[in-house]
Amino acid sequence: MAHQRRSPRRDGAPALERRRFLGYLLAAPTLAVAARLGADLSSDTPAEAAIPSLPGPADLLDLGDALTLAAAPTSGLIGIQLNRDGTVSFAVPRAEVGQGITTTVAMLIAEEMDLPLEKVGVNLADARPELVFNQLTGGSNSVRSLYTPVRTAAAVARRRLLTTAAEQWKLDPATLTARDGMIRSSAGHSASYGSLAEAAASPRTEEVSTTLKAAEEFRIIGTPTTRIDALDAVTGRKQFTMDLAVPDAKPTMICRPPTTSGTVRSVANLGAVAAMPGVTDVVEVSSGVAVRAETFGQCIDAVRALRVDWGPGPVDGESDASVEDKLRAATLPMAVPPVLTKTIDAEFVFNFASNSALETNCAIADVRADRAEIWSGLKSPIVAQEQIAAMLGLPIPAVTVHVVTGGGSFGRKLFGDAALEAAEVSQAMGKPVKLMWHRADDSRHGRTHPMSISRIRVNHALGNVVSYEQRHTSVTTDFGHGLGEILTAVAAKLPVGDVGFSQTVFLLSQSNPYNFGVVTNLLNEVPLKFHTASMRNVYSPNVVCARELVVDQLASAMGQDPLTFRRGFLKDERFRTALDKAAEVGQWGRELPDGMAQGIAFHCEYKSASAVLVEIDCRPETVERPIRDGVGGPRVTRVAAVVDAGLPINPKGLEAQTIGCVNDGIALALTSSLHMDNGLPLEASWDNYFYTRQWNTPPELEVVVLPATTGEPGGAGELAVASAFAATAAAYGRATGTMPTRFPINHGTLSFEPKPTVPPIPDSPVDGLAHTF
Amino acid sequence: MSPHTFLVNGTRVTVDTDDKVRLLWVLRDLLGITGPKYGCGINVCKACTSHLNGKAFNPCSVPVSAVGPDDEITTIEGIADAESGTLHPMQEEWLAHDVAQCGYCQPGQIMAAIAKVNQAHAQGREISDTDLDEIRNICRCGTYSRIRDAVKTAAAKM
Repeated sequence: MAHQRRSPRRDGAPALERRRFLGYLLAAPTLAVAARLGADLSSDTPAEAAIPSLPGPADLLDLGDALTLAAAPTSGLIGIQLNRDGTVSFAVPRAEVGQGITTTVAMLIAEEMDLPLEKVGVNLADARPELVFNQLTGGSNSVRSLYTPVRTAAAVARRRLLTTAAEQWKLDPATLTARDGMIRSSAGHSASYGSLAEAAASPRTEEVSTTLKAAEEFRIIGTPTTRIDALDAVTGRKQFTMDLAVPDAKPTMICRPPTTSGTVRSVANLGAVAAMPGVTDVVEVSSGVAVRAETFGQCIDAVRALRVDWGPGPVDGESDASVEDKLRAATLPMAVPPVLTKTIDAEFVFNFASNSALETNCAIADVRADRAEIWSGLKSPIVAQEQIAAMLGLPIPAVTVHVVTGGGSFGRKLFGDAALEAAEVSQAMGKPVKLMWHRADDSRHGRTHPMSISRIRVNHALGNVVSYEQRHTSVTTDFGHGLGEILTAVAAKLPVGDVGFSQTVFLLSQSNPYNFGVVTNLLNEVPLKFHTASMRNVYSPNVVCARELVVDQLASAMGQDPLTFRRGFLKDERFRTALDKAAEVGQWGRELPDGMAQGIAFHCEYKSASAVLVEIDCRPETVERPIRDGVGGPRVTRVAAVVDAGLPINPKGLEAQTIGCVNDGIALALTSSLHMDNGLPLEASWDNYFYTRQWNTPPELEVVVLPATTGEPGGAGELAVASAFAATAAAYGRATGTMPTRFPINHGTLSFEPKPTVPPIPDSPVDGLAHTF
Repeated sequence: MSPHTFLVNGTRVTVDTDDKVRLLWVLRDLLGITGPKYGCGINVCKACTSHLNGKAFNPCSVPVSAVGPDDEITTIEGIADAESGTLHPMQEEWLAHDVAQCGYCQPGQIMAAIAKVNQAHAQGREISDTDLDEIRNICRCGTYSRIRDAVKTAAAKM
């Protein structure tokens, strides 16, 4: 096929040959197109790659690159279908958990097909085992991995529509235009995409090549766009797993042990509980005692009524202090001795934190003798499907796993804990179940972001930083979801495999943006049997907070302002631009009353960069303001957050993600942690676990999404958690005159009365009408 | 088991269940009205916020026996104009500010925000930052600043 050449540019720049990409026309009744998910769809470079055996530093090959490369060898195609009514349908092999991926993907399709956005329907693909690595939502990688394949498929469709119309009108396709879902000729012909859907269909599947729009032709990419599910969200029509009406799938809950992974020895009153109003079934399962009833209210009553003799779990003796001791003992030594230079040594402790979403762990399961159907919010659905099949003793194709829109994730939905549990319960009861974790269960038995200690040593001399060493020691983070596929999930469960995978994630996600001489970042993990998982931005919030606080100390030691110091040592002009913008928008250095201060921090990851400036109010009258069933404490009053995402596809969505990141960072710095006490968190609900609330959130918050820099979309859904956390901590340190070293800063004070562990869940109040407004 | 009759979103309904079953489960599990969400069951997260006779309340903490035939519950599904389908100004501003991320808490947020503005207006004043700080609905996606912006602009149209 002849290569198209662009017209010479008017400015005299050399004409570039437009890169061609491989896509597919699929045999189907109406036009169907596809592209392969992979690293490179360029027609002159066959896509082939593998997971690198030795990970390079994160600034050469980062985690997102590794995920993208891992996707390349798979043969799974992602396809777009044009319907007779002119709409298109696309099942995205990713989870939508609030990050806006369905909107972004719809924009890519609309852009490349020249179709109005509202004509694009995007839903979530069921688990597709043939996609292997390619159905993991994580690492802020979705846009990066889908950007080219989705546009390629859409461009194939547009081209096919043009050639189909040209054949019908006996015109040269080059004389036709495609715009807003219509093909038009200069002679006055017009046809809607829908009217061409059948004629454009291919009788056989064939490979074709196409070009993609150049950035200067974009009309939708880069335009602030409202989410495609916004109307459903504000009218209550948006459906989550527990909103689905699956026949006979009745409310089901589990009575859980008083310590992590405790086991059922015996149940004293199983028959009596089974006879309670509304209760249909009570059975022992691996995680506790399952109860199924007509309503969740009756499940709660039944769970509370169960009298269970519990056996111990694997971490019953572990509390905050014992875990901290183990971490400190396991910290790797520094390599560079403090000689002939000035040295800063620092240590920071980051407590357990919860990645609990507002939607608790939940799933619907309908397990029959020869098949099973599962509905759940899953970021790694292939692993869930294969684990469920293995557990039930069914072949993988007999297990259908539907990915449902999730009510938040923050790392929690990487694991299909509730889906596995629902399948087990459904099989045990022989009935469909709608399984939901109580909030107390979600907080205490759900996965946590584990405690870690970060030690840093910096040697500096004559205004230069000679060496920077960071030793991050953490309770093992479970990456058992692997790269989204059962083989890697199994490998990650092996002692060597797990350490190897954690190290890979750590090394591929941590890069130091400063010219600090000899830099080493090392992770050491202590394997304790807590339920752990990644939390938004994974290692970076803790690692970067520690680093940025030491950067502030370095600046002080060299007699420099924190902004000036960072400007001088940042490696990249792009980084400086983001930092300068934050300083400008946040009015760095402006005068504030005593007890208030600014902090500034920088973080780059996912081929993106972010800088955040925070102003905090630590005056006693603010810190001590009374809050009912919550905590006040220092108030972040103003935030300027700047994001350089390489190529912003939906600036409105990037802004939304950044707003969320800022509130996460504030929570990690000031208020939210789990207190581990004899094998179980004390926190059992949102009146114990103090995620940022309206009374903590900054009244003034400005997000700046910088214009395109690299031309390639970077990840940004988690990016600003680390920089917001660090900036808040730095501001707090400057306002109080003491650099904080233990996070969150209020962890030392227990600000609530812990709820009982037996029964495991609290009763619902009955005085709701006394609190109306 | 006993019958309980009340109004939901303009329709009279009767459910046969235990007196103590909380209204959240009556709405969700027995009537299939799923706009109000479960987030804690102890009147803390406020994800289930709906209106009872025009005032914000949390059905997770009210037994079905506490409402009678003349009581009217309004959930997110019933806040738009029933005849024209016109959205409530709060819903419109939620769209204009693209507030929702995952969307799970948003029905409760909107219902709380409407009541909060009505409360301020009934007291003859505009909504303030202090009022906004008092909204207890948790949003784990952290959409708070867009909520504040949307409530302020909607208040001017209510």
